[in-house]
Amino acid sequence: MRLPATDVGLVSAVSREWGSPLRTAARRAAGLCLVAGLLAACSDGHRGATGGAMAPDEVAVAGTAEGLPAHAPDRFGFGTEASDARVALWDIDVRPDGQGLPPGRGSVAQGRDVFNIHCVACHGPTGTEGPNDRLVDSEQWDAVPSTRTVGNYWPYATTLYDYIRKAMPQLTPGILSDDQVYAVIAYILWMNEIVSEDAVMDAETLPAVIMPARDKFVVDDRIGGTGPIR
Amino acid sequence: MPRDERPKLSRRAWITTTSGVIAAGLVKTQADAIHLGAQEAPIDPTKVPGRLVSELGSRAPAEEPKRLVRAEALSSSSRTPLADLMGTITPADLHFERHHAGIPDIQYEDHELLVHGMVERPTVFRMSDLMRYPQVSRIRFLECSGNGGGVYNRDRMPTEVTVQALDGLLSTSEWTGVAVSTILREVGVRPGASWILAEGRDSAVMSRSVPLDKVMEDSILAYGQNGERIRPEQGYPLRLFNPGYEGNTSVKWLRRIEVTDRPTHTRDETSKYTDPLGDGTVRQFSLVMDAKSVITFPSYPYVLPEAGWWEVRGLAWSGRGRITRVEVSTDGGRSWVDAALQGPILDKSTVRFRHLFDWNGRDTLILSRATDETGYVQPTVEQLWEARGTRTSYHQNHQRAWKIARTGEVTFGLGELV
Ligand code: HEC
Repeated sequence: MRLPATDVGLVSAVSREWGSPLRTAARRAAGLCLVAGLLAACSDGHRGATGGAMAPDEVAVAGTAEGLPAHAPDRFGFGTEASDARVALWDIDVRPDGQGLPPGRGSVAQGRDVFNIHCVACHGPTGTEGPNDRLVDSEQWDAVPSTRTVGNYWPYATTLYDYIRKAMPQLTPGILSDDQVYAVIAYILWMNEIVSEDAVMDAETLPAVIMPARDKFVVDDRIGGTGPIR
Repeated sequence: MPRDERPKLSRRAWITTTSGVIAAGLVKTQADAIHLGAQEAPIDPTKVPGRLVSELGSRAPAEEPKRLVRAEALSSSSRTPLADLMGTITPADLHFERHHAGIPDIQYEDHELLVHGMVERPTVFRMSDLMRYPQVSRIRFLECSGNGGGVYNRDRMPTEVTVQALDGLLSTSEWTGVAVSTILREVGVRPGASWILAEGRDSAVMSRSVPLDKVMEDSILAYGQNGERIRPEQGYPLRLFNPGYEGNTSVKWLRRIEVTDRPTHTRDETSKYTDPLGDGTVRQFSLVMDAKSVITFPSYPYVLPEAGWWEVRGLAWSGRGRITRVEVSTDGGRSWVDAALQGPILDKSTVRFRHLFDWNGRDTLILSRATDETGYVQPTVEQLWEARGTRTSYHQNHQRAWKIARTGEVTFGLGELV
């Protein structure tokens, strides 16, 4: 019988405050405790996954599991509280709902200039010639895509902002202004025939772009076990 | 101490220790002594004092295992020489690499981890803070989900390919660090949270979403690997380590964890690391590495010099738990026998398997297939084609085959079976 090498007591203790994933973990842990007849180890307030609550190959020494020893404090208090400004400095990801997009705007025409200065050397004059990743293919597909590009494969346009701001141009990431990032995205979307030539991208319009491949994405359904191979 | 002083020092030390044995004016160094000896007869190490102790060890000069580097680019990989290795642990300098924008130069003292988002107390941890938290160590494999992509296409099935080129994006280490659960407990996760975003401090700013359930169960903020600090190419000074998950999610040079209630859909979980299944859909967040095994000996380009007793050796692993069984076939998959498994068999780690084989000197194909504790049996390539089509680029964990020709030459043999 294998138990998750997680902190059984901890999971139970904090699950009240947590969302469903943890409750699942807590339930699973509790269930396993009952099944294994390890009620004592699981219910007497042990924070450490000690004794029988450990996988057989992992020697049961208190404090060596992912769990904490029974006498650990509720909080250690190491580390420094992060101010809002500190968080804002690094919180640069952009989500499909638009959260994280900065102010600013850029048009297809402006994006053409950005692209021809900063991107063309690696992605080619029409975004298809390389030598690096192909950025344009507006041909859609039914069964399998012959290429995987922004135009026929990317599910969300916001990912362009997240990625280009962080990682492009590859040798000088971070040199584009917020307006330039919006502009070059507008241009790439236009080359992929997703937006019109007069399109302007900003924090409102970019999340509203519907990408052709959006509904093709499904969450992994593999579960291991003896069932059919997926 | 300047580097060039070291040889002088040790030479002096050596002369001191051996004075009276060999005239110091004639033979100045141990190398000289060995050289002199070699002129008369094969070196007899019992007649020549050996080398002195040193601050850093090195491999025997004749042993030169190396990673395989195919393309020198910022976004590139190097592969572990699986055929040269024994047991299950990968020496840290041979651990495979996959970077998307090179290896950043990061100082331990100024590295910080920001944990924020749906938490009670957004916190910045310096490395010295993280070092104070209770520590965990786990022996776990790490595999790039693109491993084995070169042997999935029926029309381009290679024959002259080494196990390193084929499956060398796999390594196993003892990882040491802080449980992610310890740190999330510290910052207090808010109700409704279900994912994290992990972000790196390289110039790709590698970003991946990982389910909160997973990181609470067994993920580590790792700063140690095989007893030493993580090497720069493995994420020095801090990486996320998600046992059993595709390698890319174990974000290196980790600088930020944001707790969220949904995945962020970054480029490397949409454009890349997704699987078009051939039926018009694309599988996303295929995170777990399914059970797999590979024979590392005999494999290309080894040539068996004669028929007779040989030991088939290999590695098996599963991202869903422990390996429970590895079977080997020495007749092209017609019959299978259980291989011996070398304990301890660890959760989400590689297992060394062995099978003693009396080769009759005729053409044959040898295969292995692993079973994990969920009962999942490593599929054939036909089963994967059937389930996922022929155009996926990741998670190709199907059975591999090596052909042993009557000449003793070993080549990749899956092409003979499909
Ligand atoms: C020095 C070469 C270089 C330059 C200049 C460059 N890129 Fe890239 N780009 C790359 C490489 C290499 C990759 C693939 C990186 C990887 O796979 O990790 C890439 C990937 C991309 C991708 C993701 C493609 C996909 O489908 O996954 C986008 C989008 C992109 N670049 C946009 C841009 C934009 C916009 C610019 C100009 C502002 C730019 N790039 C400039 C080299 C470059």
